[in-house]
Amino acid sequence: VIRRARAYVAGDVEGEALALASPLSFWGGIEAESGRIIDASHPQCGMSLAGRILVMPCGRGSSSSSSVLAEAIRLGTAPCGIILASPDPILTVGAIVAHSLYDLDCPIVVCAIEGIASGDRVAIRTRADGKAEVEIEHAPLLPHAGEGINF
Amino acid sequence: MPLRLTEIDRSLLAGEEGAAAASAMAILTAFAEAVGAESLLDISQAHIDGCLYHGRVSLDFVERLVGLKGRVCVPTTLNVGSLDLIHPELVAISEDDRAPARRLMRAHEELGCNPSFTCAPYQSLNRPRFGEQIAWGESNAIVFANSVIGARTNRYGDFIDLCCAMTGRAPAWGLHLKENRRGEVLFRLEGFRASLAPSDALFVAVGLIIGARCGDRVPVIEGLPQPRDEDQLKALGAAAASMGSTALFHVVGVTPEAASLSDAFHGGASHRVETIAPADIADALARLSSVPDGAEISAVCLGTPHFSSREWLRLLALLNEIEPRRAIPIYVNTARATLRSLDPEALGAVQERYSVIPVVDTCTYVTTILRDLGGAVMTNSGKWAHYAPANIGVRVAFGELEDCLASAAAGKIVRGPL
Repeated sequence: VIRRARAYVAGDVEGEALALASPLSFWGGIEAESGRIIDASHPQCGMSLAGRILVMPCGRGSSSSSSVLAEAIRLGTAPCGIILASPDPILTVGAIVAHSLYDLDCPIVVCAIEGIASGDRVAIRTRADGKAEVEIEHAPLLPHAGEGINF
Repeated sequence: MPLRLTEIDRSLLAGEEGAAAASAMAILTAFAEAVGAESLLDISQAHIDGCLYHGRVSLDFVERLVGLKGRVCVPTTLNVGSLDLIHPELVAISEDDRAPARRLMRAHEELGCNPSFTCAPYQSLNRPRFGEQIAWGESNAIVFANSVIGARTNRYGDFIDLCCAMTGRAPAWGLHLKENRRGEVLFRLEGFRASLAPSDALFVAVGLIIGARCGDRVPVIEGLPQPRDEDQLKALGAAAASMGSTALFHVVGVTPEAASLSDAFHGGASHRVETIAPADIADALARLSSVPDGAEISAVCLGTPHFSSREWLRLLALLNEIEPRRAIPIYVNTARATLRSLDPEALGAVQERYSVIPVVDTCTYVTTILRDLGGAVMTNSGKWAHYAPANIGVRVAFGELEDCLASAAAGKIVRGPL
């Protein structure tokens, strides 16, 4: 399945999706050193974002989330790409800053996220004109896929 | 609608004003697109909340701009850092942590920022005028500038506040635009006696309530008594911005965009009406204290947001009336500019009788300053009471300034007339 998307931060990546049921504030919600979710009130607390394609409806919380995302990108513990249903200025700034300082990509695109589940293989490809596409290859449905959240 | 850039924006982006400005402009335009702004507008000044060290990226970002010979292009003040550069012995952190924290503060100075290191730049430095477009960081500074002064800023934060300062531009969206400054929720004080006194605690409690109930919508408050001074509105805004994400509030008959109820709502009606009763005030205040009256205290912390000159005069006058019995330290966070403006003899006279410790450039809830955390800490700040337990692991009691000072004298929490 290929979806059209809008790119807010450029880059081409491929990885396994981690779909979050509810928005997450990176500040106070992610440990930059490990990439793990540490917000005890989040249903997916304890999971790691490192190297995954993060899929969530929108961003949340303090503007210090920009620093936490940028620091995680620097440390290699960040998601390799982020797919949102609505744009988020705070995460956008974190990814742009990391790109400009360290030349590390964490593309951020906005598209419909329904049907993207944890474990799906996802590719993000962005173009110079700000258009992007998201290619989704669904993982086989396993009854014990505990972290799979289907929208 | 795509982002429209002016010729000046494009020349900034192309590097005609230098590589540092070009880099800041690239980040700013990406941010503007993400918030859906259609254009950028000029700002006259900035306040940067970038001096607290969040990891190496904080320093790398500023060092790169310094390395590219960048300069801010509008008057720019700095919020607090992790250190008191005037009284370095006050902050107990390792040299490994101290070096990058100090460098972060100094690197901002090298970009041409004013080394104000205060969360209350509106008290002593670049106080904006009504209607002025500005780009400010730090939640209490933002809500004060919008609400009490009527200047216009959004809630700027990490990296973006500095990008605005480096380019003199900000996205034309949100609270920069008049139509978005209209009140959205009406809070009416009901059930109070007609002679309701403007106590500090009342303003703190109302701030906590609107912050908790309102999220980022614009609250309008009706029925508050005239404040004694703007410090009470400072305390209200700081409490609201701690509990929620309030960036602008109106108080009918008090703040500049709310001469009348109709003005606050731009002639329309409110979507929602909420009541604040005396029991709500008592409940909000009770939640700020985690220790009972009579408990021992190790310190009193004042000045969050930073103490104004007026607050200092009030403090010194009150301390002259109380006989000290215990030497409980009274920490007072303030701007270095405010401390310099105090009469050193008046301060010295009080310091002979009381352990009054001025703290500048930082704040007692963001760094390791308090020496003895054996007992609780008393504060007159709703913001300090809200953040300090999680940040520095203390138990807190909230009280009026008079109660804090009487408690410092007694060594335990006491309330009531001096």
